[in-house]
Amino acid sequence: MLLPSVIVVLIYSYLPMVGLFIAFQKFNPAHLFSSPWVGFDNFKYVYYMPGSMQILWNTLTIALFKIVGMIVVPVTFALLLNEVGKSLFKKSFQTLIYLPNFLSWIIMGGVLIDILSPSDGIVNQALGLVGIKPIYFLGDPFWFPITMIVSDIWKGFGFGTVIYLAALTSIDPSLYESARVDGANRWKQTLFITLPGIMPIIILMSVLSLGNVLNAGFDQIFNLYSASVYETGDIIDTFVYRLGIEQTQYSPATAIGLFKSVVSFTLISISYYLASRFADYRIF
Amino acid sequence: MNRYDTFGRRLFVVGNYTFLALTAILCLLPFINLLATSLSGSTAVAAGDVKFLPIDFNWKSYEFVMKSEQFARALWVSVERVVLGVGVNMFLTILAAYSLSKERRNFKWRGMYAWFFFVTILFSGGLIPWYVVISKTGLIDSIWALILPGALPVFNVIVLLNFFRGLPKELEEAAFMDGASHWTVLWRIFTPLSKPALATLALFCIVNHWNSWFEGLILMNRTEHYPLQSYLQTIIINPENFISMARGEYSDLLNFVNARTSRAAQLFVGTLPILLVYPFLQKYFTSGLVLGSVKG
Repeated sequence: MLLPSVIVVLIYSYLPMVGLFIAFQKFNPAHLFSSPWVGFDNFKYVYYMPGSMQILWNTLTIALFKIVGMIVVPVTFALLLNEVGKSLFKKSFQTLIYLPNFLSWIIMGGVLIDILSPSDGIVNQALGLVGIKPIYFLGDPFWFPITMIVSDIWKGFGFGTVIYLAALTSIDPSLYESARVDGANRWKQTLFITLPGIMPIIILMSVLSLGNVLNAGFDQIFNLYSASVYETGDIIDTFVYRLGIEQTQYSPATAIGLFKSVVSFTLISISYYLASRFADYRIF
Repeated sequence: MNRYDTFGRRLFVVGNYTFLALTAILCLLPFINLLATSLSGSTAVAAGDVKFLPIDFNWKSYEFVMKSEQFARALWVSVERVVLGVGVNMFLTILAAYSLSKERRNFKWRGMYAWFFFVTILFSGGLIPWYVVISKTGLIDSIWALILPGALPVFNVIVLLNFFRGLPKELEEAAFMDGASHWTVLWRIFTPLSKPALATLALFCIVNHWNSWFEGLILMNRTEHYPLQSYLQTIIINPENFISMARGEYSDLLNFVNARTSRAAQLFVGTLPILLVYPFLQKYFTSGLVLGSVKG
């Protein structure tokens, strides 16, 4: 029964891993097995390439801010939403914020380009009302990464909120009862019961997101960036795409890909280990 | 209310409701703006007057989009991809999850196979070798390029195998006593009992196939083979293209339609299937996801 899956995975997942050898070659697609070996030259080439360290830096900063935001914002909203008694309001709020998760970055990108347009986008029109000059969110190297971080959190925070809210409902209500008897107010209850109650999930989600440190969001950035913001907005994945697919420099692009895979593999392994060790998370 | 209902508390409640309601509206406004744009007259849009209500209400940009051969073709490729892709995904997921859910004493190599699949989540060859393999296996420009490389969604297999394991052992033991084969047990007992889990995973697959654009973009050399999202990607970057290509053919419509209204209409059509499956998504996803990703 496993045979078809094994074959497909072997060809399309394992064969590309074998294909990583082209990182150590001066690869020419015409001579698949006879390209000359060059050792670590491709890695050196990329390392000394102007701007390559900037790209690593861009990737790390954008990814880290996204990871932190994706924990802080959903936890905050879950706590606020938990204070809401009316379940219809709670339900409709969840429905609305959860929806953008299921739309592609193509759709979201189209929406963002439209609303962030400096000339007639509604965001800049609104800023104009309070006397702020139009901001070129997608074309200004300063604003671009910020826009990426904020819009990614906007798109994704509903998912986390739903998870944390589910975790909140599993907290034993008698804890609140006894806290109230002891004279704890709502704030104290939140601080000493609610937060510790969802802490395991918060830790689990943080640990699992560790593996994403080199993923700053290809889909989003690829669809929204332009040459004018490469300086701050170019990330490893978009760079690999331009280098490998557009400029057909297969070997250097594969070298970066290999670097990224190895680092991600290490981080994910560590995070899974930590998750199983401290949060009792098991995959199977 | 109760005696803990102080003034500060009431202030907080009002503030909280207001803040949450505003956030919800902020999440929604961009989409309302998009919808209003798609339903407005081109002059009002060009002048930047359209905000949340359509001005000069009309369906012309939708009419224009639907008449576009390119759009229709991309839509068809997407539908084909979703139907074939989800079918293959689910079939392989069920088979793999069933085998891997067996105890080690019944399936000696279970652990090895589980890791064989799991490793692909942890490590990949990266973009270039992936592309080279797909092109060497001759899939470029074929619909199978969008289906075969991702035919087995390993994460879904893990969710389903955990679900299968939760089913009572006695059922299959009884079936085996009656002389049933693995095949019968799987399709007559396991699958019918796993409907909620299967529905969740199928919806995952639908959304996933519908939303992917990157594979289409780089694995299809000819734009006629682009699925909808890949095609929309080209429109986002260059909305004028679409208008200039259609110029001449439907010149009567062009008095009402411009690059922005037509793009808004196309984006909306691209969102529609998600909006249609969303009610089902919501129902299953929350429990399904929490089950799969948190409890493990």
